[in-house]
Amino acid sequence: MKTKTGDNKIDLFQVLKNQKYILIMSIPFVIWLIIFRYIPIWGWIMGFQEFQPGQPVKWVGFAHFIKLFQEPRFYLALRNTFVMSVLNLFSGTIAAITFALFLNEIKFGVFKRTVQTVSYLPYFVSWVIVASIFTKLLALSGPVNELLVHLKLIKAPVSFFGEKEYFWWIHAAINVWKNTGWNAIIYLAAISGINPELYEAARIDGAGRFRRMWHITIPGILPVVIVILIMNIGWLINSGFESQFLLKNYLVIENAEVLDLYVIDYGIKLSRYSYGTAIGIFKSVVSIILVIVANRLARKASVSYIF
Amino acid sequence: MKKHIKTRYLGYSIVLYSIMSIILFITVYPFINILAISLNDATDTLRGGIYLAPRKFTLLNYTTVFSFPALPVAALLSVLRTVAGTAAGIICTAMFAYALQQKHFILKKPVSILLLLTLYIGGGIIPDFFLMRSLGLINNFLVYILPGLINAWNVIIVRAYMESIPDSISEAAKMDGAHDFLIFFKIIFPLCAPVIATIGLFIAVGQWNSWFDTFLYCSGEKFLTTLQYELMRIMKNVQTASNADVFRGGMEQGSTMITPQAIQAAITIIATVPILFVYPFVQKHFVRGIQLGAIKE
Repeated sequence: MKTKTGDNKIDLFQVLKNQKYILIMSIPFVIWLIIFRYIPIWGWIMGFQEFQPGQPVKWVGFAHFIKLFQEPRFYLALRNTFVMSVLNLFSGTIAAITFALFLNEIKFGVFKRTVQTVSYLPYFVSWVIVASIFTKLLALSGPVNELLVHLKLIKAPVSFFGEKEYFWWIHAAINVWKNTGWNAIIYLAAISGINPELYEAARIDGAGRFRRMWHITIPGILPVVIVILIMNIGWLINSGFESQFLLKNYLVIENAEVLDLYVIDYGIKLSRYSYGTAIGIFKSVVSIILVIVANRLARKASVSYIF
Repeated sequence: MKKHIKTRYLGYSIVLYSIMSIILFITVYPFINILAISLNDATDTLRGGIYLAPRKFTLLNYTTVFSFPALPVAALLSVLRTVAGTAAGIICTAMFAYALQQKHFILKKPVSILLLLTLYIGGGIIPDFFLMRSLGLINNFLVYILPGLINAWNVIIVRAYMESIPDSISEAAKMDGAHDFLIFFKIIFPLCAPVIATIGLFIAVGQWNSWFDTFLYCSGEKFLTTLQYELMRIMKNVQTASNADVFRGGMEQGSTMITPQAIQAAITIIATVPILFVYPFVQKHFVRGIQLGAIKE
């Protein structure tokens, strides 16, 4: 089907006419995309202004960014964001792989299914519920403290949410509780894709359970692990903020405040809109750089797997 | 020799099954504990020591929750936003996916790029806030539905599923003179039931669980808040108060007092139950969903 240049106009008209229903079905969503996803990006110009609603626009260039990089609280928030992201990524991946390996060893089907089904239940309950449960569970007079005192592992109840040094670890542990079952699904799928003949051959060669796990299962799922780790690099600066918002209190704020919470606290509550927008821009730029790096790495990794 | 292997295997199994049972217990116990607290007498709970079952059983905490006018309204709004948001989300996602999977659709490429870019960039909290304000969505129920109407991942998943349906089906319908709306609603949409169920459940869970939009956009309106938001507020109040240890001292004298902690426990259970209720029916779909998503990744 070759079209002559002269027919282009008629062709376009004809095509539009033929596809009018498809156009009607998609144009509203294109408009929606522009309004709800692209106009906010246009709002980034606020970051270069001294914006207050109802007042004349004053351009300030990079002043907010310069201020930002001089603010110690910004560096704290940046540190917390990265530390919690990295901690969650590693603890989450290790927990999920371990859980998948254990679950794979279980041969009793009913038990296996029960454990798996229950394991991803916490993934579906909201962070509000999780925070509500764990702040009670880990309270000074909560069951965890009572158990630890009773077992004589600690002398006096620990104020889990009262010491800022604990916050990252507790946050990571709750994340593991919430997400391990869900994250394990992908590794279980990877394990089930390993050729069973490999295990058979290893068994004949006299390899025990742990050797088979170490030499067959783990290398077998390694590509999946690497891909998932690389994909998550892009999200390192988006650690999420719900969990931190809900679990924090004024005693631990120094270690709990992530960039988004900083935006909410400074940008919205104190009406420093332009400053808050500048933080958002910084975050997006870093995020895009990380995504590009991750994609490069992914390409390299897949190349090395082909060879 | 053989016996030796057998005992070793038995020992291994015992360790393995014990570890898994402990994991199972750790997963479930937090829910059991909060359930026990929610069913226990509020003042009695302050003495501590509620682990697996209530000591002084009562339903008072639950009846109290429903005696505040704000909370049943919040629960109703949670249900409303879940139902409306899921219905609207499903239709819009499927329709958009249908348009984008048409092979000769003239806008296929630019619109796909427009959609995919949203996965990586967004305006951020403050520009979003001003957009909602200028659209008049502050303290407006529609703010629960409109901004999250379409999610690029869901469109990608549904589109991939639609592409696996043989073209011959819709081609035959076209021969019979059916136009795209008819083909979409009568043929393609019903054929997509499994994937629609998957993304529908994701949307529904997301709707039921969200609280941050209420916090940002609707906290000024008394009867527009949701259950999760109310739970968040009560939890935050309890946290601040218990850090100052106000409650423990103040409540000892009362006999049948309701404490904020007890209310918090009851609402936590109320907000969890719908998830628990749909969970067994749908978890198969969820797993399939993540596998579909993983393939696309």
